[in-house]
Amino acid sequence: MSFRRLSSGGLIDRGKPVGFTLDGKSYKGLAGDTLTSALLANDVTLVGRSFKYHRPRGIMSAGVEEPNALFTLHDGGRREANIPGTMVELIEGLQARTQNAWPSVELDVMGVNQIAAPFFQSGFYYKTFMGPSKGSWMLYEPFIRRAAGLGEATHDFNPDPDRYETRFDFCEVLVIGSGAAGIAAALSAAAGGGRVVLVEQDSRLGGGLLSDAAQASWLNDRLAEIAAAKSIQVRTHTSAAGVYDDNQVVLVERRDHARPDPTKGQARQVLTMMQAASIIYATGAIERPLVFANNDRPGVMLASALRTYLHRFGVAPQSAVIATNNDTAYETARDLAAAGVEVTVVDSRDDAALAKRNDFRVLTGTVVANVQGRRALYGAVLQGAHEENIRCDAIGVSGGWSPAVHLTSHGGIRPRYDAAVAGFVPGGFAPTHFGAGAIMGTFGLNAAIREGAAAGAKASGGTGAQIPAAIGEDRAYSVMPVWMPPKARGKAFVDFQNDVTAKDIKIAHQEGYHSVEHLKRYTTLGMGTDQGKTSNINALAEMAELRGLPLEQAGTTTFRPPYTGVALGVIAGRTTGKHFRPTRRSPLHDWHAANGGVFIEAGAWMRAWYYNWAGDSAASAYVKEMELVRRNVGISDVSTLGKIDVQGPDAAEFLNRVYVNGFAKLPVGRARYGVMLNDDGIVLDDGTTTRLSETQFYMTTTTAQAGEVMSWLEYLLQMHWTDLKVHVTSLTDEWGGIAVSGPNARKALELCFPGIDVSTEAVPYMGAKEFTFEGAPIRLLRLSFSGELAYEVHTRADFTTALWERFIATGKPLGLKPYGLEALASLRIEKGHVAGLELDHRNTLDDLGLGKMAGKEKDYVGKALRFRPTYQAAERWSLVGLELLEPEKKLRGGAILFAKGDEIKGHGRGYITSVTWSVELGKTIALGLYDGGLKHVGEEIVCAFPLKNELARAKIVSPHFIDPEGKRLHA
Amino acid sequence: MRLPCPHCGPRDYSEFRYGGDAENPRPKHGTGDLQAWHDYYFVFNNPKGPHEEYWQHVLGCRRWFKLKRNTATNEVIGVVQP
Repeated sequence: MSFRRLSSGGLIDRGKPVGFTLDGKSYKGLAGDTLTSALLANDVTLVGRSFKYHRPRGIMSAGVEEPNALFTLHDGGRREANIPGTMVELIEGLQARTQNAWPSVELDVMGVNQIAAPFFQSGFYYKTFMGPSKGSWMLYEPFIRRAAGLGEATHDFNPDPDRYETRFDFCEVLVIGSGAAGIAAALSAAAGGGRVVLVEQDSRLGGGLLSDAAQASWLNDRLAEIAAAKSIQVRTHTSAAGVYDDNQVVLVERRDHARPDPTKGQARQVLTMMQAASIIYATGAIERPLVFANNDRPGVMLASALRTYLHRFGVAPQSAVIATNNDTAYETARDLAAAGVEVTVVDSRDDAALAKRNDFRVLTGTVVANVQGRRALYGAVLQGAHEENIRCDAIGVSGGWSPAVHLTSHGGIRPRYDAAVAGFVPGGFAPTHFGAGAIMGTFGLNAAIREGAAAGAKASGGTGAQIPAAIGEDRAYSVMPVWMPPKARGKAFVDFQNDVTAKDIKIAHQEGYHSVEHLKRYTTLGMGTDQGKTSNINALAEMAELRGLPLEQAGTTTFRPPYTGVALGVIAGRTTGKHFRPTRRSPLHDWHAANGGVFIEAGAWMRAWYYNWAGDSAASAYVKEMELVRRNVGISDVSTLGKIDVQGPDAAEFLNRVYVNGFAKLPVGRARYGVMLNDDGIVLDDGTTTRLSETQFYMTTTTAQAGEVMSWLEYLLQMHWTDLKVHVTSLTDEWGGIAVSGPNARKALELCFPGIDVSTEAVPYMGAKEFTFEGAPIRLLRLSFSGELAYEVHTRADFTTALWERFIATGKPLGLKPYGLEALASLRIEKGHVAGLELDHRNTLDDLGLGKMAGKEKDYVGKALRFRPTYQAAERWSLVGLELLEPEKKLRGGAILFAKGDEIKGHGRGYITSVTWSVELGKTIALGLYDGGLKHVGEEIVCAFPLKNELARAKIVSPHFIDPEGKRLHA
Repeated sequence: MRLPCPHCGPRDYSEFRYGGDAENPRPKHGTGDLQAWHDYYFVFNNPKGPHEEYWQHVLGCRRWFKLKRNTATNEVIGVVQP
């Protein structure tokens, strides 16, 4: 037995046992325990194997800095890897597993890496795999991936059943950290009256005070004041992961302890985007280990961690050696001795006075040089003034304290080395940022309280509050760092999580990797889940010493968010699956679903792809639906088109500017196909715009570009053409549309709208008619996407289904049926209409064969740049039609086009954009872009699809496969 | 980070869309000068520091505005009045 639970003391409830398992074995802890304190209370000290060498590892700390005691928690979709056990509150039934060991931590096969260790020193990966024989990486990678690495992510394909949320919040003063400085800051800031939020990553407020039983009454009094202060909101279990521009702080709250039930909508973790007017950093400091041989053996712990386990959890070893270079570890020694632990302090400082003040053994001028024991230590080997071996259960180490400056440097302000602190302190603050306490290198309690109170006053812009002094005198720190390890056999670890030793740093130095950033990448130092919280300074100091530089000139690596590990689940929040982006549904969605419509995602929209009256796959159904439109009449849902109401006295002038073709003289009651360019002369979108009155137009855009066109029109009107009196309003969601297409389209209209004159005289080609039907406004537009006689009938979204059903019912005698997106898109290929696949923001009007549309005399957006030389070059890829010459083969969208005789290599002379079976021609046809375009009509070319190793011959033809004169349109 | 919509007040940046550099004046409609359009559309400074740019409160009131922002710090200097 080395560690045990004491009979009294600690913030745990001895009356409430909590059962948990580690690697399937059952243990009991107590309410108030963390996973690691419960394990120590059960004398479990070996909890993992190290990353590279698979050395036995134990629990090193009691906080977020833990590099070794990482566990995989829970099972199935809830599994989480690499969680520091020091931050896991014990809950009944918790399942924890050790990591990086097989078959078990006691007997780890990969421990053989310890023998192969010379191969794993720094630069191993670089030298072996980035050298002349690149093939070796392929050979060794699977082995290395399996041997190295920490916990594994879940392989369970069941999604995580838990719920994660994202929130926005605001406060006047955000206080990060609730030690003495944070508490004083919050109370002082609250006196200003504004909203103060105090966040603490631990389950309890108090920070370092929780490890100091002497301050219990001061802490309890302040906590009562905080509870009574209405303007202070406390958030425990919440870590500040990152500080971003404009004082936005990402807070991550963990609620595992409350056993959230996702079926009741309770979240397991909550991410808050906190917008703070000012921020007080009271994040404290992290104790550093000392570097000596075998300093990674289970039982070597931070001195402050021993103190925390004693005061907070009532857990202590029987005997301990405390190795230190500063005064703070004496408090641990004193408290452990008072609890009956046999304590020896080994102090590297040569000051005889230190020995006299204490009632435990103090050996000055002495260091721990090595450790006895492998899976659990049993002794310390001393060097210096006292050369002896001391038997002990634990070695508490204190190499000084590193202020937790991470968050303060997220904004780009580099920390500054302070020799008196022997650590980095914040290099400065933005005007609304403040620091207080140990983060500033202020290690005395009373000094920290004063600093906190002052920061609270400044941050809140008020006068602050008087905060009572802590109990007793401030402690001294008096650090005298010794960076280089004592000479002894065995690995002396600097970075425990990444298995980086003092010797690795020496090798990096010898090989020229001097800068701290190179050192990091060459040795992997400071990477991993702990991000070097315990290792950075020791490594930088060693490198500085090797280079003969003062530490402040050696620099430090950049700290980036997050401060501690954040679950991917909480970053995603509720935006998973269908919540990732909203699904848009047409007003006819439910009708399609109930009547054999099969859906396809088209951007954000769910569109009816085909209907099962025509077949049970898209490949068979669309042909029948095309035949329906070519020979009879069909209706299709075009509600997804962008619909924009354009109104105002200058509406005609406005449209005349944005479209390449003229709109100024479009008569009322007439529609016109229009094309818009970007400023650079590239085609932006096309669509049809109808003049409803002198001052009102009804614009339609393509489905895909609806949002973009709307923003573009607003941009032009609001930022550039402010003299034009025009207002644009999106009607996309407010109006629905039904295309009625086919030779019998007019008959279908007559049956649907009895008494309304839809004759070709009343509604000629490109004519429009507005009327009211059953109380709903109808806009009847005679325009065609398919090339047949066709209309679009637009109406209010809430009337669209009733109108659609009416078409189906009244059209029955004709044989009218619905057709889907696949047929719609194929019909337009036969007609040679360009659509999204051709309007890909890389093509000019001329590329698409639309150059003649542009007004010669008028001005329009994109006109000037449209005529730049590159856009007028003869060798541009432009629109052609293709007919497949080998009927047994396939054409595919994306196929690369080559001239006959070309070598099939590279990017070719063009590519296919759209392919369909033509019901009219009885062959496979396609649209594509080809170098020189229609100059090559009649030529035979080769369509290559290398992904499937396919070659097919095709002939270049006009893209207008059917009715080039447009007789059907005018029928 | 929040941006000051001239109509709605400060709102989270995720409600806005970026509309590009606003420091090159757009040639007047109808200007046929190829060079002027070229310079407007393709030639930008990329300053580290204060910069005028277009934003639209696209998930709000849909107002476009010119914003002066420090590209190095993301400090919002203010809306540029037309």
